[in-house]
Amino acid sequence: MTAAIVSLDHVNKWYGPHHVLQDVSLEIGKGEVVVICGPSGSGKSTLIRTINALEPIRDGKLLLNGVDVHGKGTDLNKLRQSVGFVFQQFNLFPHMSVLDNVTFAPIRIQKRPRAEAEALARELLAKVGLAEKADSFPGFLSGGQQQRVAIARALALQPPVILFDEPTSALDPEMVGEVLQVMKSLARDGMTMVCVTHEMGFAREVGDRIVFMDQGRIVVDTTPELFFDAPDHPRIKRFLSDVKGEH
Amino acid sequence: MDFLLPADQMALLLGGVRTTVLLFAIAWVIAFALAIALVVIRATDYRPCRWFVDAFVAYHRNVPLLVQVMFWYFGMPELLPETIRFWLYDHNAEFCFAVIALALGSAAYQAEDIRSGLRAIPATQFEAARALGCSYLETMRYIVVPQALRISLPPLVGRALLLFKNTSIAMAIGVAELTYRTREIENLTFKTFQIFGIATVLYLIGTFSLMALGSWIERRTTPGRKEHRNA
Amino acid sequence: MLEIIQDYWLTFLIGQYPNGPLGGLAMTLIVAVLSILMSFPIAIGLAVARSSTWRWLRLASACVVNFVRGIPLLMLIFWCYFVIPIMTGYAVSGFWTLVCALTIYEASYLSEVIRAGIASIPKGQTEAARSLGGSYMLTVRSVVLPQALFNVLPGITSQFISTIKETSLGYVIAVNELTFAANQINNQLLTQPLQVFTILAVIYFLLCFLLSRGLSAIETSIRRKRGLL
Ligand SMILES: Nc1ncnc2c1ncn2[C@@H]1O[C@H](COP(=O)(O)OP(=O)(O)O)[C@@H](O)[C@H]1O
Ligand SMILES: [Mg+2]
Repeated sequence: MTAAIVSLDHVNKWYGPHHVLQDVSLEIGKGEVVVICGPSGSGKSTLIRTINALEPIRDGKLLLNGVDVHGKGTDLNKLRQSVGFVFQQFNLFPHMSVLDNVTFAPIRIQKRPRAEAEALARELLAKVGLAEKADSFPGFLSGGQQQRVAIARALALQPPVILFDEPTSALDPEMVGEVLQVMKSLARDGMTMVCVTHEMGFAREVGDRIVFMDQGRIVVDTTPELFFDAPDHPRIKRFLSDVKGEH
Repeated sequence: MDFLLPADQMALLLGGVRTTVLLFAIAWVIAFALAIALVVIRATDYRPCRWFVDAFVAYHRNVPLLVQVMFWYFGMPELLPETIRFWLYDHNAEFCFAVIALALGSAAYQAEDIRSGLRAIPATQFEAARALGCSYLETMRYIVVPQALRISLPPLVGRALLLFKNTSIAMAIGVAELTYRTREIENLTFKTFQIFGIATVLYLIGTFSLMALGSWIERRTTPGRKEHRNA
Repeated sequence: MLEIIQDYWLTFLIGQYPNGPLGGLAMTLIVAVLSILMSFPIAIGLAVARSSTWRWLRLASACVVNFVRGIPLLMLIFWCYFVIPIMTGYAVSGFWTLVCALTIYEASYLSEVIRAGIASIPKGQTEAARSLGGSYMLTVRSVVLPQALFNVLPGITSQFISTIKETSLGYVIAVNELTFAANQINNQLLTQPLQVFTILAVIYFLLCFLLSRGLSAIETSIRRKRGLL
């Protein structure tokens, strides 16, 4: 395996008395697409939010590109520029045009020249199929379009890894496909991706590994083939039949 | 209290407090009753009624209270029949006009607060109650009004606070309330800091009591609050 | 009434100027605009402090705001009238006394409006900005405040209207503004208070009513442009 971009080593986290992450260890290599799934409340969101330090951890070690994310002297603002994050609720800035949403980080945070940032932004918007919406405002876009803009925004810093927290769960069914399409093309381009998602078709098609979580623990970490074709854990069987029932 | 102010001055000041409290209490009662009347009138389908209420509210929202007070005190007497005018001048006209101006102004704002509380209740609440067989009045009494009042309560408390503080504007037409007395004693004694300090504390006692009363009522009327406390 | 307007319209508009001090509506506007401009940044500071994660900062801001909101504006005006000369060592004009008092008073009320606006911004907005590597200050400045201020524009408008109306209290400390001018005219005429104060009320009404309509029209057009309607 190539050098790990993300590495969690016995990470623990509590919410009050609630032990939400229990001894979680995970290595993600360059170019890997890792799908995290599991029942609701099992700690998936919490897990990927610790990777860019949106959530603090109690103990354990978490390295991102070799940098200790939760270390004392770590410059979080700098670190977060090297990891994209896509939210379930898109969280586009409604007071900025689509183009300004995508150029926000390059111009305001990285202080890159506007012309250069805009050129890159237009390129990214073309890539997610929204070139013609650059001057529109998020309020005019459908959920699927907003999520694609959010992906472009996360890509604008050209991070080596990008995290997705249920990017299609807030979407109407007919819009799920367009977002998955964009994610698949990213995966084929060799992007390192950590995706919390219930889209099992996506997992089977582009996932390199499936991580199944339950009650704050990683229960299984395996390949899609083994996960889907020979689930050897009763919780996974139940989960898979639940997910199938949804569709 | 002698160490703060001589007894006679203290008596003067406390007389001011009494007038302030009276101004506030009378004006508030009138204003609240009037506000409810305005909301009811506004709710009728008759156009001129709505226009009248909207104009009333717009006037009081866009003209300074001091100007309204002056308008009543200096301007209105001209329009009154002589008997009423003389009766008023014999019976503390400043106080009466100040109460009228304060009450009308506050009523306009309170009416708006109550109305937006009512509008915040989804129509489905009304429909659900009617579907359960409640009459119109029962629906209003048990379902709509209690919820609306709960939403309107914080702004209504804020209005009451403003009304209390605005009683000080009555000094401009010579009503001997707390601010007026404060200035009067200051002019006599030149103990500026002392006397203004006392007056400020008195006002703060008034406003903080109103705030406390407001949050007490809010707590009493918020459902689920009691269970929460016991848990 | 028309006669009064014909004879005194200049006094209503600019007071005794140019033969005497500037006054009337012009002075009212100057005081209001100055107070609004000065109170706005203070209000933002108080609101941000009140919404911060530092306990003592929240507490300090809450104390200032609640104290100012607990006393009548007239009391605050008198305090400024007496205290500012002692603190600064200069005799301060009624004009600056009024501007200072209005600034402090309005900053407190405005800060509560803005605080509500900040509280209304979903957590996802700050998280999005932070996840891109934005600093706390940048997030507040370019993501939270622009949205918060816009969301509470109606409340801000009504505080602006309040400020304009409150300039009338300058009359009590003899600042030459609109209400003061009207009283001067009334004292000259002696016999027509109803007319004079009607004109006065109409001027305030038009000013405040048109301003609030104008601002709300601007708000609606921005909302439409952003697809928020
Ligand atoms: N801010 C929070 N405070 C307290 N408990 C939380 C908080 N966020 C999440 N939790 C709890 O942590 C557990 C894991 O949550 P989460 O990571 O969101 O699960 P998932 O994303 O897998 O559905 C849940 O039981 C949830 O109730
Ligand atoms: Mg989740």
